[in-house]
Amino acid sequence: MDRSHPQHQVLHMRRSLFDQGYIDKEQFIQLEELQDDANPNFAEEIVTLFYTDSARLIQNIEQILVNRPIDFARLDDILHQFKGSSSSIGAKKVKEACTQLREYCCAENAEGCTRTLQLVKQEYAVLKRKLETYFQASISLYL
Amino acid sequence: MGHKSQSQAYSVAVKVNEQMGTKKGYTFIQSNRAWLPKFLVLWVLVMAFLSMLIYQGMDADNKVRRKDVLTSMCDQRARMLQDQFNVSVNHVHALAILVSTFHYYKTPSAIDQETFAEYTARTAFERPLLSGVAYAQRVIDSQRENFEKQHKWTIKTMEREPSPVRDEYAPVIFSQETVSYIESLDMMSGEEDRENILRARATGKAVLTRPFRLLGSHHLGVVLTFPVYKSKLPPWPTVEERIEATAGYLGGAFDVESLVENLLGQLAGNQAILVNVYDVTNSSDPLIMYGHQNQDGDDSLWHESKLDFGDPVRKHQMICRYHQKSPTSWTAITTAFLFFVIGLLVGYILYGAAIHIVKVEDDFHEMQELKVRAEAADVAKSQFLATVSHEIRTPMNGILGMLALLLDTDLSSLQRDYAQTAQACGKALIALINEVLDRAKIEARKLELEAVPFDVRSILDDVLSLFSEKSRNKGLELAVFVSDKVPDIVLGDPGRFRQIITNLVGNSVKFTERGHIFVKVHLAERSKAMMDVKDESFLNGGSDEGVHISGACKLKTLSGFEAADERNSWDTFKNLIATEEIRPNVSIINMMTSHEGSEDVTLMICVEDTGIGIPYSAQDRIFMPFVQADSSTSRHYGGTGIGLSISKCLVELMRGQIKFVSRPDVGSTFSFTVVFGRCDRNSMKKSISEALPSGFRGLKAVVVDGKPVRAEVTQYHLKRLGITVEVAGSIKKAAAMCGKNGSTISSRNKIQPDLILVEKDSWISGEDGGSDIRLLVGQQNGHVLKLPKLILLATNISNDELIKAKAGGFADTVIMKPLRASMIAACLQQVLSAGKKRQHGKDVPNGSSFFQSLLCGKKILVVDDNLVNRRVAAGALKKFGANVECVASGKAALEMLNLPHSFDACFMDIQMPEMDGFEATRQIRQMESKANEQTMNGGSTVDGIAKKGDEWHLPILAMTADVIHATYDECLKCGMDGYVTKPFEEENLYQAVAKFFKSKPVVSDS
Repeated sequence: MDRSHPQHQVLHMRRSLFDQGYIDKEQFIQLEELQDDANPNFAEEIVTLFYTDSARLIQNIEQILVNRPIDFARLDDILHQFKGSSSSIGAKKVKEACTQLREYCCAENAEGCTRTLQLVKQEYAVLKRKLETYFQASISLYL
Repeated sequence: MGHKSQSQAYSVAVKVNEQMGTKKGYTFIQSNRAWLPKFLVLWVLVMAFLSMLIYQGMDADNKVRRKDVLTSMCDQRARMLQDQFNVSVNHVHALAILVSTFHYYKTPSAIDQETFAEYTARTAFERPLLSGVAYAQRVIDSQRENFEKQHKWTIKTMEREPSPVRDEYAPVIFSQETVSYIESLDMMSGEEDRENILRARATGKAVLTRPFRLLGSHHLGVVLTFPVYKSKLPPWPTVEERIEATAGYLGGAFDVESLVENLLGQLAGNQAILVNVYDVTNSSDPLIMYGHQNQDGDDSLWHESKLDFGDPVRKHQMICRYHQKSPTSWTAITTAFLFFVIGLLVGYILYGAAIHIVKVEDDFHEMQELKVRAEAADVAKSQFLATVSHEIRTPMNGILGMLALLLDTDLSSLQRDYAQTAQACGKALIALINEVLDRAKIEARKLELEAVPFDVRSILDDVLSLFSEKSRNKGLELAVFVSDKVPDIVLGDPGRFRQIITNLVGNSVKFTERGHIFVKVHLAERSKAMMDVKDESFLNGGSDEGVHISGACKLKTLSGFEAADERNSWDTFKNLIATEEIRPNVSIINMMTSHEGSEDVTLMICVEDTGIGIPYSAQDRIFMPFVQADSSTSRHYGGTGIGLSISKCLVELMRGQIKFVSRPDVGSTFSFTVVFGRCDRNSMKKSISEALPSGFRGLKAVVVDGKPVRAEVTQYHLKRLGITVEVAGSIKKAAAMCGKNGSTISSRNKIQPDLILVEKDSWISGEDGGSDIRLLVGQQNGHVLKLPKLILLATNISNDELIKAKAGGFADTVIMKPLRASMIAACLQQVLSAGKKRQHGKDVPNGSSFFQSLLCGKKILVVDDNLVNRRVAAGALKKFGANVECVASGKAALEMLNLPHSFDACFMDIQMPEMDGFEATRQIRQMESKANEQTMNGGSTVDGIAKKGDEWHLPILAMTADVIHATYDECLKCGMDGYVTKPFEEENLYQAVAKFFKSKPVVSDS
């Protein structure tokens, strides 16, 4: 495969995002289809929104987990939001991690929550990195 | 990957070992195999020992018997000897008394030698044991001279010499003739005799000498001596008194040897035994009286019998022995030997059996191991195949993707051709790999069926659309019909179901050059019942309607070509539909009740084609993998032949059966049953059922088709869209139908069709009747305001025909078959909106734009606490031209929706902090009802602002990620109008929104 060609590179990146399960293909395509001339960077905009939102949510979660006793109800609320926004952009792995974390939250397992939070953060970080490179590359295409 | 397969191989190996471990249920014999020879030796030893015991037992019996015999014989002999001896002794005693009586008490003596000799000779028979008796007188030395003078001989010693002087003499004066040679011999001169005499006179009883050689005969013998007293003795005489009173001695010689011999000769069994008589007075030195000391005999067994000869001092005994050693007991030996041999044989047989068992078991275990290995290998093979296929797919996808990209680039036509060929090959390869993967998965038992709700009809439509291009090119009639009784939604694996159908239809398309391919779905129970009905309908001959209607129709199948399975012909089919139509309500109720309890629904799917068929010779192996009917088949038509075997596996996994009827050059009909789960009708229907637009509900249509089956199929699709259908056999009939209704508008059953769908065949054949169908219909319908839309249905149509059709009045549209509900819907949409276009002069080309028109300009409120979701929802709605406002909480929404407001709809997230979607909706509804009440009461503050003049009711749609039924129920309960699932999807959104907006803009605007 010729990776030198920037267009191919982007397409390959995009496919690997789907293939490796980071992103739900259908959902993401759906998102991309919402882009039109009036709103050309809709997907990226949404994803950026997702970054800020997620960063805030993760911070909140961390705070909750630091405090004792843990406010599991509030944690659940936050997780619900996190899950919602993840599934909106099709962040499959982050969503799965969230679901897992939420299960621990339901079981009020503080230790499990803390552990899984690391997973969530990790998945989030990976996804963010990948998406950022992807968008960067795709923007450079249009330039 | 390599690692993975390694670990799999390892796990297989472990499994094998485990299986081996558990299967090593060795039997007792098997586990003690090393001991078998030892057991055999032990057995032989035991047998030998037992034989010995038996021999000894039997031998001991013999010995005891022999001994008993010896004892009794010996005792008998001893007793006889003793008795005879005693008789003789008694007689001698009597003689002694005779001598004392007649010699001493009579004076002069009454006895002389002559008398004595005669008497004794005549009484000799009384003393058979005695060779002779004699009487010796006691002569004291002082009386010797007198005595010698008186008897005129001198006293001689035993050596017949004149006796030297002694104290006392005992010369024999009387003697029996047999022993006359001892007369005048001094008995005291003989050692034994002298001792005897002294002892006899001291005791007064008969005494015996020890055995010695007798004079004269030189036989062994004993001498018996009785004292004779000259005067009567005092009652308890002392020894001195006895000696004093002694007058002489009567002696007799027992020739024991000859006598015993004589005696024994009289007895039976004399030869067998050897008798010895001993004098055992001196027990340490037994003296032999009879018999030979060293005579050969059986020394091992002897018997002693005591003999009492009347002399208390002397002790005698008789020892009997057998002459010969006891004979070897052949019986015992043979018995023991036979026993041993039998034991040996039994042991050997058991040993042989055990060895055999061990061998068989060894073989068995070996076979078992091999079997397990073979199975493991098989599983490993399947696993390997599955893995490899899977691994091949990934790069193949890359290749295909790159080819697709390549095709997008600027290529020369040759390059394009190459690339396209490569892509086609790649696709074929992927398809093949997928099939192999499926097959391998099934074999590796890794294939698991899903159980998700799905719509059978839409699946069939999908499959049809897949082959529509091909079938159209081939000019094949491709149709699907699903019975009304088949539930809309069933629970099962849609992908696999689609795979089976696709495979069967694909085969049919591949092998069919003319005619039709017809997919039918019924409930299995129903179609079974129909088979029975079929016979009756034949008898009644009640199927002539179809013939009347379509004169050109040779056979009443879909295309008129003969089908392999006659059961699927129109007769059955009609019955099937007829029974369904007679009392639809009742039957539905029946079905509902009868199936309410049962969880499963069994579908019967038939795929009928009029292709080349399957040769009879190949029919029994077409379900085998990689087998095609004919090796030439693959050359002609391609394909691997794996599809049918996969289909069979899949059908079996779905608890069904697949079978087929095929006639070469006529066609094949594959039919299979599958069992699906019944699904709660209400819960899933909305979300899963394909979004068939419901805008055609209530329309009326007339289908003009000469072929009833085909008409039925058309009807089926139209019915799904909610269109009421009438079937007319020909254009004339249709025209008559419409005309009648058209002219008499007031008539009771007026059918005012909105649509007339005409089959191309019917149109062409009916052309002579009315070349301009529009004219025909229009003539009669001329004064009716609304003209029905004319639609031509065609499998394939040439340009000429198309022009002709347009000219002929089918200006509205031509629907190309195969028919699909969604496609018909799209076409109708086009036709209907085309009508509108003329009215409004606005082009609405497709569904998406249609959707856009629904939302365009609408003001929508999106309520979601999640920023990202909010943004996405807003984006999606904006795209369709909606005017979107967003708020982040229920409270904010309430503020926004404070009456009066200008929103047309509201999308509400359910789970929100503080106030959730349900609560917000409830409050909104409360507000609305309050406002409505006020409106009703007349004096209202919001009256002027109420745009539509009717009640306030803002459509509120829930946005939720979970699609469970309970949530939906709750949505409705708190006053919501519907819900869309998150994340947003266009169709989903469309479906939900269409409900509220469609009717209003379309109807109210038109």
